[in-house]
Amino acid sequence: MIEDYLSLFVKAVFVENMALAFFLGMCTFLAISKKVKTAIGLGVAVIAVLTITVPVNNLIYTYLLADGALAWAGMPDVNLSFLGLISYIGVIAAIVQIMEMLLDKYMPALYNALGVFLPLITVNCAIMGAALFMVERDYSFGESVVYGMGAGVGWALAIATLAGIREKLKYSDVPAGLRGLGITFVTVGLMSLGFMSFSGIQL
Amino acid sequence: MSKTRDILLSPIFTNNPIALQILGVCSALAVTSSLSVTIVMCIALTVVTAFSNFFIALIRNQVPSSIRIIVQMIIIASLVIVVDQVLKAYAYEVSKQLSVFVGLIITNCIVMGRAEAFAMQNPPIPSFFDGIGNGLGYSVVLLFVATVRELTGSGSLFGYEILPLVTNGGWYYSNGLMLLPPSAFFVIGGFIWLLRNSKIDQVEPVEYKLASHTK
Repeated sequence: MIEDYLSLFVKAVFVENMALAFFLGMCTFLAISKKVKTAIGLGVAVIAVLTITVPVNNLIYTYLLADGALAWAGMPDVNLSFLGLISYIGVIAAIVQIMEMLLDKYMPALYNALGVFLPLITVNCAIMGAALFMVERDYSFGESVVYGMGAGVGWALAIATLAGIREKLKYSDVPAGLRGLGITFVTVGLMSLGFMSFSGIQL
Repeated sequence: MSKTRDILLSPIFTNNPIALQILGVCSALAVTSSLSVTIVMCIALTVVTAFSNFFIALIRNQVPSSIRIIVQMIIIASLVIVVDQVLKAYAYEVSKQLSVFVGLIITNCIVMGRAEAFAMQNPPIPSFFDGIGNGLGYSVVLLFVATVRELTGSGSLFGYEILPLVTNGGWYYSNGLMLLPPSAFFVIGGFIWLLRNSKIDQVEPVEYKLASHTK
């Protein structure tokens, strides 16, 4: 039991890294990775949001949307799964909003550190992607908690690493056309090649 | 009419969503290993962007700004659901290959970004063309990447063999690396390099000037 969860966690962090194996959340990943400090702040926010939204969406899917899920309400023939996308994004937007209010009230320091990144998380595809993968792979509630957290940790790890590389990269002499965005793409490509070495691991 | 043409054509090279605005990169990487899947993705994205821009521009004066994100999200999500259902009905194989990436059009920053940046300030018809233009800009990059990857990776285009493979008695050794996702980064990096070589004004300024060698 514990072993299953542990291997799922390791798999979500390394083998199926959200950013470097599935390329999700790339826009923020490339745009907000110039400084390690902001990158880590954003990473923490993504971990928190993923750990909450994936299990919540799991509950919504299992008890409201899946084929026959409404049996408890006396409607076993109803299949609402086509409403999936719209309800996941609604849940994500709502939870990000709630988190913003809670942080503002109880942890103002962290709230100020995250600043504009918190609302931006709503449109981070890593969050939505995790929800969709969770549905596609039929995770149970416990698994979805572990998977959400692992996916978040993996993404945070990747953006912190990239920010570290980019901080050093600005001192290097890059050809003019490749400067900035171009060389960042190549760097991320190399990083993701590195992460591919995890892909053979069987857990 | 020249203004419409401008709105339609400028996102293709001069203001490309992927190469310059850093929008919509996520899906650009994952769905480009074969050309036929890529084309379906491009069409889906262009349709969604165009119509979401149109509808958002239509109601832009009625929506209070505090809830506009949610309203935009709902419009976009409904459009994506329609596209998803259509794909499942008429192109089931492709929709399986695209897996979660059709759903991820919702969070594709191009759709959201253009809604915020263009459709909220402009009337519906120009917004519609802006959506199509940005969809085309996205498609150009994706088609370029997919062509390079499929041609060098498996020696074929649309599944038809162009470069005869060694395994089939030809001369071309397929480059397996190009089928792996990381190669998409290199190809896009190269595309940006090519684009910026022809459009010098897009080159980013140096953050840190190297001192010249003393002696």
